[in-house]
Parts: sequence; structure tokens; C-alpha cells
Amino acid sequence: MSIIEDKKSLSNVKVVTANEAVALAVKCAKVDVGGAYPISPQTSIMEYLTKYIETENIPMEIVRVESEHSAMAVAMGAAAVGARAFTATASQGLLYMAEMVYWVGSSRLPVVMAITSRAMGAPWILGNEHTDVLLPREWGWMVLFPEDNQEVFDTIIQAYKLADTTLVPVVVGLDGFILSHTTMPISIPDQSIIDNFIPKNTPKPYALNTEDPFTHGNAVHSNLYLEFRHNIFKTIEDSEDLVDEIDKEWSKLTGRSYGGVIEEFLLDDAEVAVLVMGASSGDAKEAAKKVREKYGIKAGVIRLRSIRPFPVKRLSKIAQKVKAIGVFDRNMSPGLGGMIATEVKFALYDLKNRPIVQSYIGGLGGKDVKIADFENILVELKEMVDGKREVEKVKWVGLDLAAIEKFLEEV
Amino acid sequence: MKVLIPKSKPAKGAVGKTGLWRTSKPVVNHNKCIKCVICWAFCPETTILRFEDNSVDIDYEYCKGCGVCANECPVNAIEMVED
Amino acid sequence: MTSIKQLPYEEYFLAGNGSCPGCGLTIGLRNVLKALGKNVYMVVPASCSSVVQSPFPNSSATVPLLNTPFAASAAAASGMVRALKIMGKDAVVMVWAGDGGTFDIGLATVSGAAERNEDLLYICYDNEAYMNTGGHRSSATPLGTFTGTTPTGKRENKKNVPLIMAAHGIPYVATASIAFVTDLYDKIMKAKDMKGFRYIQIYSPCTPGWLLPTEKSVESAKLAVQTGIYPLFEIEGGIFKISAPSKAYLKKEKRKPLHDYFKIQGRFKHLKEEHIKLIEQWIDQMNEEYAALDGKKIF
Repeated sequence: MSIIEDKKSLSNVKVVTANEAVALAVKCAKVDVGGAYPISPQTSIMEYLTKYIETENIPMEIVRVESEHSAMAVAMGAAAVGARAFTATASQGLLYMAEMVYWVGSSRLPVVMAITSRAMGAPWILGNEHTDVLLPREWGWMVLFPEDNQEVFDTIIQAYKLADTTLVPVVVGLDGFILSHTTMPISIPDQSIIDNFIPKNTPKPYALNTEDPFTHGNAVHSNLYLEFRHNIFKTIEDSEDLVDEIDKEWSKLTGRSYGGVIEEFLLDDAEVAVLVMGASSGDAKEAAKKVREKYGIKAGVIRLRSIRPFPVKRLSKIAQKVKAIGVFDRNMSPGLGGMIATEVKFALYDLKNRPIVQSYIGGLGGKDVKIADFENILVELKEMVDGKREVEKVKWVGLDLAAIEKFLEEV
Repeated sequence: MKVLIPKSKPAKGAVGKTGLWRTSKPVVNHNKCIKCVICWAFCPETTILRFEDNSVDIDYEYCKGCGVCANECPVNAIEMVED
Repeated sequence: MTSIKQLPYEEYFLAGNGSCPGCGLTIGLRNVLKALGKNVYMVVPASCSSVVQSPFPNSSATVPLLNTPFAASAAAASGMVRALKIMGKDAVVMVWAGDGGTFDIGLATVSGAAERNEDLLYICYDNEAYMNTGGHRSSATPLGTFTGTTPTGKRENKKNVPLIMAAHGIPYVATASIAFVTDLYDKIMKAKDMKGFRYIQIYSPCTPGWLLPTEKSVESAKLAVQTGIYPLFEIEGGIFKISAPSKAYLKKEKRKPLHDYFKIQGRFKHLKEEHIKLIEQWIDQMNEEYAALDGKKIF
């Protein structure tokens, strides 16, 4: 539903960047403590938050720390006594923070973190890429990936619901620069809607207190560690329906629904589909419409909104309908394939009539990916279905090897 | 949803009966003891029991037998004997 | 000054814990907790204390305790302090960290929290090396010491972290020793009621790591003060003051022979006379400098 139709909240429309949408959502979520350390393209999130605190008298503590490692440590320390906590980072910052991210995931502390996606060096690179957002999927976190600024706002709110319910922290990824620095109108629901949606008085068995003291995170013998990991695995695995339910509940309150774990676009009759995450989805959807018009190819888009939980159930249903899925990864698992393509193959391998799954890698470091590229992918998929084209382990989008040939050196 | 949180409750003997680690044990000579409670203050294990009259005793269930109490006693009222 | 008999009966760290026999840090921790009481949150980074507190599902600590990765304690404690403030809870937040977590990997974090003057009590129990991890040298290891990574003796001297901390302009810095428990207790009691970042460094012998007979931990700590190698002082509001237990030993002639301190610890066994002379010169110089600073505003 567009914001113009959303009459309930028409009065509270703001034109903001996705970074400001994050900050507004954090304010509306009544977060108690945040850790702030700068890195492009995340930096302005914490700047907006400190501005709200200092000019609007918002009761929130922002700790301006000396590293990303400490930014997550601040969130951890706050969450460990039952406060609502937030931080944000990107790229190198996430890597520096990594130890704490893993620890918080294993600590069952419901922290929410925004990652404005950015590639990682060397060489130094600012452009967009999704590898950073995907890393915490191995670190005991839920990972959600919205498409536009409105959805970024809504997903931060939903993330607190998901975290508070499962005691698993949540990453909300948003495309660096493409969303983080682009303004769009967003509608902000009444505060009472948000307060009721994510109440603060949820059970907090992890919260340290002086009345019933306990020790958090002390050593465990090897014979029980596996069980701790299993519990995190199961909690995330079992959350697929919960992500759908949270989206539905939010839709009832605001009129905005995103399809839960996956947004299905033109999939009802689709023969081929491209799977994408984040801001590129708009281009992919446009491409699906175009190849339908131009070539009569029944094309659709699988927009992956939830990477953890990985939507095995929903994806399996979709896989019964389509004959080929092209997974477009703005990331890579070196020497193997796209990170999501690898997971899609794992998820679908046991199906009786599994579709073709082709891994596409492109857009790394902010390299342009156009509507035409997605059109090409969809056409190729149709050729694969018709037996006119071989499936390859990986196909690269926009790779220009001639441009770097002269810089190659013999070793 | 049942979650497993890495948390632990306070417990005496959290690693077991640490008295079993001991090779020698402190024995208090109450005739010599001047009730200064120095042994109690310096016990690393909280196994010197201090009473209201400042007399002391040993919690042998958990005493690891380090011998700090005997070493610090100003009147040699604690002797380490083979256990 | 509190006397030993005036120390509270209450115990907040339980018997049957994971510490080594003769452990220095537990002597310190017991007495620190006696001063702080029940209304305290502990934050503990990777250190001997990760083991000493005992494993799941038990804990030897009777106060709420949060374990953190190595470099994170001062930042996690900052987040905790801010959270308690915003939730309207009044309690002391104490970091209990070793020298590795303070002098080395955690120094940037400690410095950040001190620069922000976070309202927390940071305690470094100093056992002068990575004693939980087999005994690598740390920047708290003194000149000449044998450790796992300085098998012929450390070539560099100990980093002066208390003065680094004082240079942040924080309200309180102190060194203390497990051998002088009442001095330690009084320093904790004083720091407990202060606001802002407070740093206390406690000399805490490690019996296995120092190749020290288990009964000698308090004795060696006492000698560290009496030989002048570990002077006890406070820097309150920037004013440097030598503490009572160290007062007499500022004068060289009052100090006990360094040999008394070295001979009971295996970690110094390899030292030759010329090494000991070098260390002695350093001790003389440090004590002269501290004597000159006594009573003065230094930061």
C-alpha cells in the first residue's frame, strides 16, 4: 500500500534518507542505550539519534565509544540488564566488531543492529555490497533485508518484536548509499501503535539484576556447548512463521505488508524467477515485467526479506511452481558461488522436482547493475529451462576482465 | 519458546569438593590462637570460618590446603599437617 | 583506617571455586566485595576470573556478573551504567579485569571509558602476565621476569598504567595490594561513593604462574611493597599521595633487600647480580620520583 492510501498516518509523512528512517525508528522504539562509532555509510544514523536526544529531550543514552567493538559492547552491557539497545555499523566496522557480534548472538540478548551495506578492503572501497550484512547470519543473529526507506523504518520496529520474542538479536541490512543516502517519503505510525506492538515489559530471563543474582556467560564444559548451539539453531530455524506473523500483525496496524520472509512478485504463474535482496529488487521487478511484455516469458521475482531465518518452507513452496531460479548475489563465497545461491541450493536439494538454480554474482563494490542485467538473467533462465543453455556453477554479471588484463602480474 | 540462556546460579562448591585437591591441611591450635582473624582475611578460598568471638575454624570440605593461613599467622597457631 | 577485625563477616564469593591454591586475585576479590556489598554488578573480561568464577550451571559469584570478551569490559560496563541510569536503578558497576585485559588488549577501551568519565569502578587485578593462558608476558610484566614468552627474562619494564589513567583527569586512581587488605578495603570504600571513572590496580600474586609456593602469595605481596617494587598510592582529584603501607619504603635505607622478594619466586630465579642491580636502579628512581610527587597535584 502506498503512503498516499495510508490515510491513518498521512499526517506524519517525512521525506528522509534510509539512515534517518533507521534513526526515527530507533527513537520510536524507545531504545534506551545505543553505541555510536562512525563508518561510512552508516555514520549519519548515530548523528540523527544524538541530534534527537540533544534537541528533542529524548530519554536515550548514546555512548560515543572508541571503536565498533566497543559500540557492540555498549549494546551488550545495556541489554544484559534489560535495557533496549541498538547500534549500527558497516563493512570494516562490522569486521572489527565481529567478536562482540558473535558473543551477543550467543548471549541471547535482543539487540538490534543496522548494517548499511558496504564492500570491504583491500583495496579501499566505499561502494555497496551485501557480504557484510550476510556475515552475522553465521553468528547467531536473525538477518532481515528491507527494500526501501519505508520498509527500513518498519523493519527496525519489527526487528525489536522478533528479538524480544526469540531472544535472538537482529540485523537489519540496508543498501549503502542507494538507500542510506537517498531520500524517500515515509509514513510514521502513531506512537501508541508502536508502543503496543513492541512493549518493553516482555519476559527478560537474561537480564542481570541484584534481587536474583546470577552469572551470565561463564564457561561451559564441552559436553553441553553443543546444546547451546543447537538451541540457537532451533530458535532461528523455527522463526520462519514468526517473521510472517509479525509482518501480518504490522500490516493490520499500518496497512503495510511486505510478505514476511519473502515478497513474491508475479510468481503465481512464473516459470523463471530471479531471487534478490534489498534495493535492487525494484530493478528486478521492472525486468520481470519487461520480459513478460517483450518475450512473453513468465518471469517473477523472489525478494528475500529474511536471510535468517532462512525461509526454507516458503522457498520450497515457490520452488514447486517455478522451473528455474537465478540467485543474484551482491556478495560471494570465494571459489564457490554466491552466498545466498549456496544456501538456496542447500534448501532445495531434497525436493523431488527441484528447479534449476543458477548462481549469479555481480554488483560487488557498488558496480552498477541495470534493469537490462536482470532482463538478461531472466532470459537466460528461460533458455536453461528450454534446454538451450547450460547451467554453470557461477555466472558473473558485469565482469570486465579486459579492463584489468594489463595490470595482471606473473607470480 | 524454550530458550537456553548461558546463565549460572550462585552455588557453594561450584567446581565440587575442592577439599579433595589438598595434600596437607591447616590445623588450628586454639590454645595459641590470639583471635586476630588475619588468617580469615587472607584466606583465598573463604574456608576460614570466623565466629562472633573471632575464633576461627577450617571448612575442610573446600579448603585447598594452600597454607597461606599458616604462613600469615603471627603466633604460629596454624600448622600444616599431611592430609 | 579500618582494622582487620572490622572487615565485614559477609562473603560474596563462595568456597569451592575454580581458583588455584593460594590464588592472589580471590583474596582481593573477597575483600573488594566485602566493601561493595550486594548492590553491585560485576563485568569480567577474559581472564583468570573467567575460570575462578566456576563453570555452568554454577557460579561462585553471589552478585550479578556479566562475562565479556577480552577487550570489551570497560565498554560493556559503560553500556550497563547508562542502562541502569535510564532505568532508574542505583547500583555500583565494577569491572574486574586482569592486567592483560587492562594494560594490553583492553587499553583503548579503558581509555575511552575514562575519557568519557563513565560512572564506574574499574579494578585491574595485576598478576603481571597472561596467567590464565599459560603465562605469556604482558606489558604489566616487570623487567627481567621469566614468562612463557620471555624465557630468558623480559627486556622491557612494566607499563605505568595508573599514571596513564590519572592523565585522563579521572577523579580517582589508586594502587593497592592483597597483602594490605585494610588499605585495599578503605580505597574501595572511598571509590564506591565517588562518581565518575575510578581506577584501582591491585597487586595479586599468581602462585603457579610466578612459580611461587602456594603459601607465599601474601608474603610476596607484602615484600613487593616493602622492597619498593610496587608502591601503593592514590591520585585523588589529580593529587598524588603515597599510601600508608608504602610511606616508610620511599626511603632506600628502609627498604627490604630485593633479594628477599626475588628468592621466593621462581620467575626471578635466573636473574644475575647485574640484572638485579639494574632493577634496583629502576626501583630507586621510581621511588625518588614518587617521593617528589607526594602531596602534589600532578594532573
